[in-house]
Amino acid sequence: MVEFALPKHAQVQPGKTHAAPEGAKRLKEFRIYRWNPDDGRNPQLDVFQVDLDDCAPMVLDALIKLKNEVDPSLTFRRSCREGVCGSCAMNIDGTNTLACTKAIEEVEGPVKVYPLPHMAVVKDLVPDMRHFYAQYASIEPWLKVESSPPSRERLQSKAERDKIDGLYECILCACCSTSCPSYWWNSDRYLGPAILLQAYRWLVDSRDEATGERLDQLEDPFRLYRCHTIMNCAKTCPKGLNPAKAIAEIKQMMLARQG
Amino acid sequence: MAQVERPLSPHLQVYRPQITSVLSILHRLTGVALAGGAVLLAWWLIAAATGPEAFAQVQAASSHWLGKLVAVGFLWALCYHFCNGVRHLAWDAGWGFDLPTTEKTGWAVVIGSVVLTALAVALAWGGAP
Repeated sequence: MVEFALPKHAQVQPGKTHAAPEGAKRLKEFRIYRWNPDDGRNPQLDVFQVDLDDCAPMVLDALIKLKNEVDPSLTFRRSCREGVCGSCAMNIDGTNTLACTKAIEEVEGPVKVYPLPHMAVVKDLVPDMRHFYAQYASIEPWLKVESSPPSRERLQSKAERDKIDGLYECILCACCSTSCPSYWWNSDRYLGPAILLQAYRWLVDSRDEATGERLDQLEDPFRLYRCHTIMNCAKTCPKGLNPAKAIAEIKQMMLARQG
Repeated sequence: MAQVERPLSPHLQVYRPQITSVLSILHRLTGVALAGGAVLLAWWLIAAATGPEAFAQVQAASSHWLGKLVAVGFLWALCYHFCNGVRHLAWDAGWGFDLPTTEKTGWAVVIGSVVLTALAVALAWGGAP
């Protein structure tokens, strides 16, 4: 349901201001969303100063530095630090992206860091992803076949393989889904751009034999058709993919099978 | 352990407005405005059918500067909704999804709607104040 304002207990209040490191010449301010499930308070925006001459270039580097040197309770997910795992997806400078591939220098003024938008917060920058993963499971993201297995691999032509370019690269970081206003208001029923792009990845896979069944699953006013082509998804995808296009192609498949 | 109520992370409050989302919400808003404008249009038609006095009332209201402002706003909403509607049609046909194209067509819609509105105003009032 559309609710523009945040619930009372979720409204962000001013937080702690940490002192700047001594002797630093090139300071960058970081304003970071904090919420601690144990202290019973509202979320807060803490202010940190980072010495850019003593910090590696990416936003994730700064977060790790702050956690190591200033506040060890600062909580965020990270793993690969090179844009392939999707763990450090968050809202930086107003758009969703991966902290590990976002250069601090790209941000003018203070670097504002929030968790992925319109999600339940577990702690600080860590959102609860269970619903998102459950939606992923609901599209049955695996190769489904009726025919008996061939004696070797199921082969594809080069053209068939090309069709999953721009789809298989998705790392399920949820940047796109949580940038989508339709997903904000209707994530209980709308699958959102990431999951629909994944669904399309199986729909166009020449080896998959469950196309009809998959389309039946998506034929729903909410699951698929809440996409209003806002295009925030494609705009924000840190991997440069285009979920909006994938969704449009699903809609076209729906039309095509009606004959 | 007691269950704490997890806060909802900020969304509209922090998400940077961009051409994609701004044009989308404008499409929705102009759609709503057009529904309101249609009521005014109906008022004008009903007045025309009712008689000269009722019609004179509408004419008076629409020649007031506020009435003119509403008329121009309605015109722009119509032009914007039309142009962006064509853009949506192209999307539904599977065309225009890559980001540079989306941004170009977006700006084309903004500029196109203003130009169409200006043309219509020039035609309607023909330079007379």
